[in-house]
Amino acid sequence: MSEAPKPGRDGDAEVRRQSRRHTRRSFLTGGLVAAAGAAGWYWLRQASLEDGIPWPARRVLQFNERLTGALFSDKRLASTYDRSRAAEDPRVNGGIGLRTEVDPTAWRLQVEDAGGRNLSLSLDDIKKLPRTEMVTQLRCIEGWAEIIHWGGVPLADFAAHYRFGTRSGNAPDPHRNSADWWSYVSLATPDERYYVGLDIASVLHPQTLLCWEINGQPLSSEHGAPLRLVIPVKYGVKNIKRIGTIRFQDERPADYWAERGYDWYAGL
Amino acid sequence: MLYLEKKHPRLTRWSHWLNVPLLAVMIWSGLLIYWANDVYRIGYGDWTLFHFFPDWFYNKLELDASLAKGMAWHFLFMWLFALNGLFYVLYTFFSGEWRHLLPRWGSFREAWQVMLHDLHLSKIEPPRRKFNAAQQFAYTGVILMGAGSLVTGLAIYKPVQVGWLTALLGGYEWARWEHFWLMIGYVVFFLVHITQVIRAGWNNFRAMVSGYELIRQEKGHE
Repeated sequence: MSEAPKPGRDGDAEVRRQSRRHTRRSFLTGGLVAAAGAAGWYWLRQASLEDGIPWPARRVLQFNERLTGALFSDKRLASTYDRSRAAEDPRVNGGIGLRTEVDPTAWRLQVEDAGGRNLSLSLDDIKKLPRTEMVTQLRCIEGWAEIIHWGGVPLADFAAHYRFGTRSGNAPDPHRNSADWWSYVSLATPDERYYVGLDIASVLHPQTLLCWEINGQPLSSEHGAPLRLVIPVKYGVKNIKRIGTIRFQDERPADYWAERGYDWYAGL
Repeated sequence: MLYLEKKHPRLTRWSHWLNVPLLAVMIWSGLLIYWANDVYRIGYGDWTLFHFFPDWFYNKLELDASLAKGMAWHFLFMWLFALNGLFYVLYTFFSGEWRHLLPRWGSFREAWQVMLHDLHLSKIEPPRRKFNAAQQFAYTGVILMGAGSLVTGLAIYKPVQVGWLTALLGGYEWARWEHFWLMIGYVVFFLVHITQVIRAGWNNFRAMVSGYELIRQEKGHE
């Protein structure tokens, strides 16, 4: 589309004037918008921190959580692999909450809910439940991943067996009567130095295990003996080692890494 | 005589310039994330030509030990980057602008000629129209790369919920690798793009700002 050309040198001068007008206006608009953008960026970076990150970024993480949490389905499973692909000597990462000695024979798992019910179980009690083996990829929030061969009991089966996880005390059914579940689960090491918070849907996912074996062998101390969580629908940080307490509650639980700037949900 | 020719529509220009800070923030926050597991390199076996990235690079740009911050910004600005890209693609499609941008079968040959010309290996002038074939490949390609970043990004972001997509891309670790190399691709695109814009001159650059290009039409063609 061209503007009506005017003949002669005066026409040229007029076109140049017109061009300068367009250019001036555009650079002015662009400059103003760029300045507004820079101010917005400065504001974002200066906004008060909420658990380690500027609050607008925290709100967006929470928005992403609501969106992806609503789309979450426990029918969608993490890929499983052949045992031959599992790491022989899985990488060790993260020792918070594992610094003190723990006596596996004296260790007890405390299970509680916000209604005041509680249970105290030994590892042998838990091992009586039907054992499952699973080869899934552990995905660290740092960006690496490793295929690991786990052994343990699905947490959903554990909850059903001990009738824990529901307000009524009935066995939780992942597919029905979801209003009866406690909304969240809080897990902590015996020394309470490391703790994670989880949404109930992820906890009842069929691949979420209470795990006591890697490669068919009892867990080593640095991998979380005597009992750890394996939750392939979350980043590695949520796969808490050496569980001391499991608590079902409606209050959103504290989470060690979420308090340090990370996404609370950390769902995959 | 001179006349002003409308070259780039307003919405194309807005989307183009908005993308500059958006992509910059995505690359910066992506590097903060990448730092935590910086495993990619150019090399073969034990031999490494270049490791992404050397320590001086992280130090200079203050990219170290900020994984949480990187994730927070990446997962905020991803929305703006995606919306701007979606808006651009929809606008380009419905306005018919795509006709200037999409390469055709004959474009391979022309793009080759343009490349030889720009490298001073051939004297054949590129054709005088809005975008020559080399530009068409570059601009269509970079849009496909943008789509690729969204798709590979989603595959790493939710590898269980969109497990089929992650598997299609070769698995979690390959998707991350692809996501990284697309970023390198933007940097290469940017360097070539800036060089070409400088070579093309002020009139061409101004058209991306104001929308108009000044054209001199010789007598006899009027």
